[in-house]
Amino acid sequence: MAANPIEQFEIKNLIPLGNIGGQEIAFTNSALFMVGAVALITLGFTAATAGRSLVPGRAQAAAEMLYEFVANTLRQSAGEKGMKFFPFVFSLFMFVLTCNMLGMIPGFFTVTSHVIVTFALAILVIGTVIVYGFVKHGTHFLGLFVPSGVPAWLLPFMVVIELISFLSRPISLSLRLFANMLAGHVALKVFAGFIVALGGLAASGGMTGVLGVAGAALPLAMAVALTAFEFLVAFLQAYVFTILTCIYLHDALHPGH
Amino acid sequence: MAQPITAHAEVPGIEGEGANFPPFDVNTFGSQLLWLAITFAVLYLLMSRVIVPRLSGILEDRRSRIAGDLRIAAESKARAEEAGEAYEKALAEARGRAQALAQETRDKLAAETAEKRAALEAELARNLADAEARITAGKEKAMGNVEAIASDAAAAIVERLTGQAPARDAVATAVGKAMAQ
Repeated sequence: MAANPIEQFEIKNLIPLGNIGGQEIAFTNSALFMVGAVALITLGFTAATAGRSLVPGRAQAAAEMLYEFVANTLRQSAGEKGMKFFPFVFSLFMFVLTCNMLGMIPGFFTVTSHVIVTFALAILVIGTVIVYGFVKHGTHFLGLFVPSGVPAWLLPFMVVIELISFLSRPISLSLRLFANMLAGHVALKVFAGFIVALGGLAASGGMTGVLGVAGAALPLAMAVALTAFEFLVAFLQAYVFTILTCIYLHDALHPGH
Repeated sequence: MAQPITAHAEVPGIEGEGANFPPFDVNTFGSQLLWLAITFAVLYLLMSRVIVPRLSGILEDRRSRIAGDLRIAAESKARAEEAGEAYEKALAEARGRAQALAQETRDKLAAETAEKRAALEAELARNLADAEARITAGKEKAMGNVEAIASDAAAAIVERLTGQAPARDAVATAVGKAMAQ
């Protein structure tokens, strides 16, 4: 097993599909895990809710809990009107959460550790906000960039600031998820590498061997702690992505401050 | 420190060279975007058409079932209370009727008794009056006989004393005179 911490992020072409406009198109390991995540989500939910029991079993209770969790988040951030976006928000949450969690399994690829994926999801969110905002409110949607109760001479600056903050949203939204997943996996891999390296030192015996055992135990403890932490991050980042989506959708529903 | 060098060789630097850093490899973007679009579209479709309606249906069913059950329970309780009130009312009515009936019966019996007693008393009074009348008549008759007996006795006494029978009228007058005193 190679100890290069970056190797886990490599995209491997499993089935080459040819070229489109000079871009190589293939069924990659990333695509495999996207398909796997979607299959897992849909099959899981379908199986869990197949009984439609009045008194839910374990699986159905979990499915209902996830539903209620995202529904409450959306309702609190975007209001009752925001519930029309629920399938979209729930899909986003489940997709990001499942991809993050699948990535925690050793040897599995983490779809969300690629900035292009998170950026595409963020653009999808902001695109939805912009399109819905203009369709629903027309030019009134631009009121989002004009804060009320600001002196006239300050207004141009405020508009520029609001515009920049709006445009930076997809960037911060995508980078936050990408960087968290990337850094977490790199850190895990590096600590795991230390265990192997210092474990090798321990095998040499003698004074350096004792040092090696002590030295390997430390990164092992760190790796265990980091693994638990990464599970938390995997969930938390999916939640953060979702709640920010809800807040941005709120702007599309209620432009103007 | 010869060994650590070989060990460290297995732990390369964290930063890969920019071009080799997979997340920034532009050549893979096409495939990733394509498959993301396909998989996310499929996920969204299945979510919006199947999973979300089914889950919301389950939750809505439960909510309405609980609300319905609570409503039925409230209705049953109201009915039970109503029945309880009706029972109390019927009981009070029956009690009232029973009292009235008892009072009526008592009054009727009292009236009948009074009537009977009055009739009996009247009959007794009549009988008493008859008896008194009979006694008076008997007494008068007896008194009438007494005068005849007294006259006869007086005539017999005078005859014994004088040896001759007195005149009947004189004896009767004398007796009448004596009895009148």
